[in-house]
Amino acid sequence: MGIHRITFTVNGEYEQVDVPSNMTLLQALRDKLALTGTKNGCSAGECGACTVIMNGEPINSCMILAVECEGADILTIEGLAKDGKLDPIQETIINRGGVQCGFCTPGILMSSRALLDRNADPSDEEIREALVGNLCRCTGYLRIIDAVKDAAQRERENA
Amino acid sequence: MSINPHPELPVFEYVHPVSLEEASQFLANHAGEARPLCGGTDIFVRMRDGHWNDKYLVDIKALDGTQEIKFDPQNGLFIGSAVNMNRVIRDPNVISHYPLVAEAARTVASYQLRTRATIVGNICNASPAGDTIGACIVLNGRLKVHGTDGFRWVPLAGFFTGPGKTSLKPGDIVTGIELPLPPKSAAGKYIKLGRNQLSDLSIVGVTVLGYPDESLVSGYRFKIALASVAPVPLVSLKAETRLGEGPINPAVLEEAAQLAESEATPIDDVRGSARYRKSMVRNLTYKALWMVWEKIGHLVN
Repeated sequence: MGIHRITFTVNGEYEQVDVPSNMTLLQALRDKLALTGTKNGCSAGECGACTVIMNGEPINSCMILAVECEGADILTIEGLAKDGKLDPIQETIINRGGVQCGFCTPGILMSSRALLDRNADPSDEEIREALVGNLCRCTGYLRIIDAVKDAAQRERENA
Repeated sequence: MSINPHPELPVFEYVHPVSLEEASQFLANHAGEARPLCGGTDIFVRMRDGHWNDKYLVDIKALDGTQEIKFDPQNGLFIGSAVNMNRVIRDPNVISHYPLVAEAARTVASYQLRTRATIVGNICNASPAGDTIGACIVLNGRLKVHGTDGFRWVPLAGFFTGPGKTSLKPGDIVTGIELPLPPKSAAGKYIKLGRNQLSDLSIVGVTVLGYPDESLVSGYRFKIALASVAPVPLVSLKAETRLGEGPINPAVLEEAAQLAESEATPIDDVRGSARYRKSMVRNLTYKALWMVWEKIGHLVN
């Protein structure tokens, strides 16, 4: 199987890795770059645990080959906090108790971040729609939705 | 039998041709062991499950025209095969002239999957459950196909030959779909019945497009496509014909819905029984026809 050298940006860092054809972005992040915050859940694009932001859009990293990410700009959960300061959505999900086991949390945060980047004032319906691809078996979602609303409000107030 | 919860993708070669000619030739030379790759949302699932075992995946996303989405009133809308569904949903021309396409695409899976999923991929995957196929059928879509002999246009009528099967030949690459500008005052509706409100595959999907048409006795033409109720996406010709024959009223809409039910040949599966599906074809076709009729019914008479 061919090995492809790809260069891309991950959390602002320029990275160069050699990947086989069948390696997913998820595997490259976890196994090549040791960024294990991004989780492997269903391997079928359904649970959203592997969600990262690629070129500004959330994407299931289990459903894209690493070799397809040549030149891409990737943001993972490890890059969400800036200069030691948590992203507003990270703070509000803690404050609201939107985390229990935590396995889904990185994906939820990346989907939420992407939502807030494209919609500064999402309705409940829009939040639910944006998070439909992120399954959580613990919280029952309500506290997560509250956290997204809080983060949106905080960001609007600080804008 | 043990189930591996995290199956790896099997071994294959990723191929990245630089021209459509090269891509078509490669696919033709490796018939049965190579497959075009766009979003991969179906391919990777099938490969992990062991259903598909292609030696080569041929990435067509960098090839001519596949990233384009463009509109002009003469030719209508062209959606390149690599244009993801989120791009389609937020495209101003889609919102203005083809809201039915956006409505259908929004029912597909999740936002992050739609960052990868494409309309043309939905069509070429040829699942009877494909959510956006119905909209493309009722809007008279035709596919731009590049084969070893160059380009040709392929209408959607006759394109689907069975579950997951199409009339495409080895070497064929669909580079996009063209949707003619719908008639003025056309209105559409896609109703998807899933096991939950969002993200699931359809148990039944009903797409209806309606518009005034003086060539018909009723003064209106309705087009109806049904998902998940036949081996291929189903056009309900009997219902469409009935709706052209005479004045439209609730009884006629009900009669058309019953005709649609009579044409559906669903199967029992994990999402729903055949009997339930048939009943829901009638109910949802009536509902969709009524909703479209409410929008266009005042336009003539």
